[in-house]
Amino acid sequence: MSGQEMIGANPSVNSKWNLRRQTLAIIVISVLLLAAMTVSGFLIENEKLSVNLEARNSSPSLDHLFGTDWLGRDMLARTLKGLTLSFGVGLLTAFLSTIIALFLSLLSSWNKKIDHGVTWLIDLFISMPHVVTLLLISFAIGGGFKGVVTGIALTHWPSLTRLLRAEVMKVKTEQYIGVSRQLGKSRWWIACNHYLPHLMPQIMVGFILLFPHTILHEAAITFLGFGLSPEQPAIGIILSESMRYLSTGMWWLAFFPGLSLVIMVGIFDLLGNSIRKLIDPFHGQR
Amino acid sequence: MRTKRISLYILSQAAKLLTLLIAISILSFMLVSYSPIDPIRAYIGGDMLRVSPEQRANIEEYWGLNEPRVSQYLNWANSILHGDLGTSLLYRSPVAQVIAERFVASLALMAIAWLLSGIFGFILGIIAGMKKGTWIDRLIKGYCYVLSATPTFWLGLVVVIVFSVWLGWFPIGLGTPAGILEQDVSLTDYLRHLFLPALTLSIIGVANIALHTRTKLVETLNSEFIWFAKAKGEKGLKLLWRHGLRNISLPAISLQFASFGELFGGAVLTEQVFSYPGLGQAIVEAGLGGDVPLLLGIVLFSTIFVYVGNLMADILYKVIDPRIRKEWN
Repeated sequence: MSGQEMIGANPSVNSKWNLRRQTLAIIVISVLLLAAMTVSGFLIENEKLSVNLEARNSSPSLDHLFGTDWLGRDMLARTLKGLTLSFGVGLLTAFLSTIIALFLSLLSSWNKKIDHGVTWLIDLFISMPHVVTLLLISFAIGGGFKGVVTGIALTHWPSLTRLLRAEVMKVKTEQYIGVSRQLGKSRWWIACNHYLPHLMPQIMVGFILLFPHTILHEAAITFLGFGLSPEQPAIGIILSESMRYLSTGMWWLAFFPGLSLVIMVGIFDLLGNSIRKLIDPFHGQR
Repeated sequence: MRTKRISLYILSQAAKLLTLLIAISILSFMLVSYSPIDPIRAYIGGDMLRVSPEQRANIEEYWGLNEPRVSQYLNWANSILHGDLGTSLLYRSPVAQVIAERFVASLALMAIAWLLSGIFGFILGIIAGMKKGTWIDRLIKGYCYVLSATPTFWLGLVVVIVFSVWLGWFPIGLGTPAGILEQDVSLTDYLRHLFLPALTLSIIGVANIALHTRTKLVETLNSEFIWFAKAKGEKGLKLLWRHGLRNISLPAISLQFASFGELFGGAVLTEQVFSYPGLGQAIVEAGLGGDVPLLLGIVLFSTIFVYVGNLMADILYKVIDPRIRKEWN
């Protein structure tokens, strides 16, 4: 991710809006947008989602910005509910994946054998196509919310683990770790007091940059029919339902919900990369 | 010396593949065996009520469902070693045959998408890298970032809306026209049904390779030999052809080979949108219908598929790049 040109203005032209400020502004705006998306989904009451046969199949208008479906439900309300759900699943799974990644990377600092084991596990998990692994785990658990969360949490840790492990390996050879050892500190103490603070920036950025993947994969697996149940207003459900109505020309059923998901994922991407630029400027700006 | 190294390489790769397949098969077998889906119910389907408990017990006995999991696994692994992947419950034919048939259809789709996304991604990456910092670079980069945030299946739906529903140029789904016998289907029919799924998969695949090529080219253009060439007065396409292309093409090609996993995942989703009768649709049906033999078969097959891609990327590096080749010899 390269810095300046992505943001637009040349930082040297306007000194008041230097790169740091621009990045901060982007972070604030993205957080606000995401908050608005998620909170509005919470605030929408369920009656907005109720069936209203008089207004069914209407194309986008001022009353229904995203149109209505074959039962007259407002698509904007359904989409916002879906985004909130996506955010929730994304938060939970990204958190779990990060925990797994942190645990495994700290574990690999233990000794060479365990490190080999962890590397082998990473290779094992990336040797299957992502979607296939997800599908298999979801199948084993029997689908539903539990299946999706377990599946996504168990498939998204490898890349972050690799990153964190490399970092741990680098720090491990530092002198102060050796000194700490000689002073009789336990491995646990060293992990908590030396490795963890060092890994924190990577963990934060990695956590946020996991969101785009987890959200997209949740939608994908739900779309395929292995994920959330059809009663839930998930984006994947909305899109797979819309497939039956596309041939009759009801394009808004698929177009707007999907576009909203793209925007949400895009904002997460932007947010993660901006935070990286802020806390790790040397790598972030390349 | 050289043959010895090469045979050592082949041996180590074969061992790697073997351990990988064993691990994956154990893992996936374990997962599937804990699934709440009842294999007998999945096999018998709607006639479940007509099956008496004794008959059920007989089937369990016959399938060896009473045996401990370890011996179940060993039975399954043993028959795989003898080339028998079992019988698909949904298609009522050998799993190997179903996979072979479906893979041909998927291969056509994936090969086209792989080539097109590779070529266009590479070209876009070069344009962006050469014009770094200009509006065209920003445009290409923005396009790639948007694409990487786009779910494959949604793009497929948009493509259907535009090309099938609005313009009516292409059929909405399926691999062949409905209601026509298989031998009557012409090549143009096949191609017409292949076009939209391939287009979707190609568009999605462009982002990764374009961004990667761009970064590589920018890096290369900042190196000293390029400055020297520029000082001699070389510029533009000639500079790229003489000094840039070699340095960026190899990473791009091997990246493209290493992306077989994403390609397969994209194919699963695209085939679902277009009801295209490929391997991806088969695995979804197998999962939803509780067809365990087919599901496990495709899992193993996709693992080999991804492995072959990674292996080719590895070999290409060794064969093409003279520096790595020299180390290797």
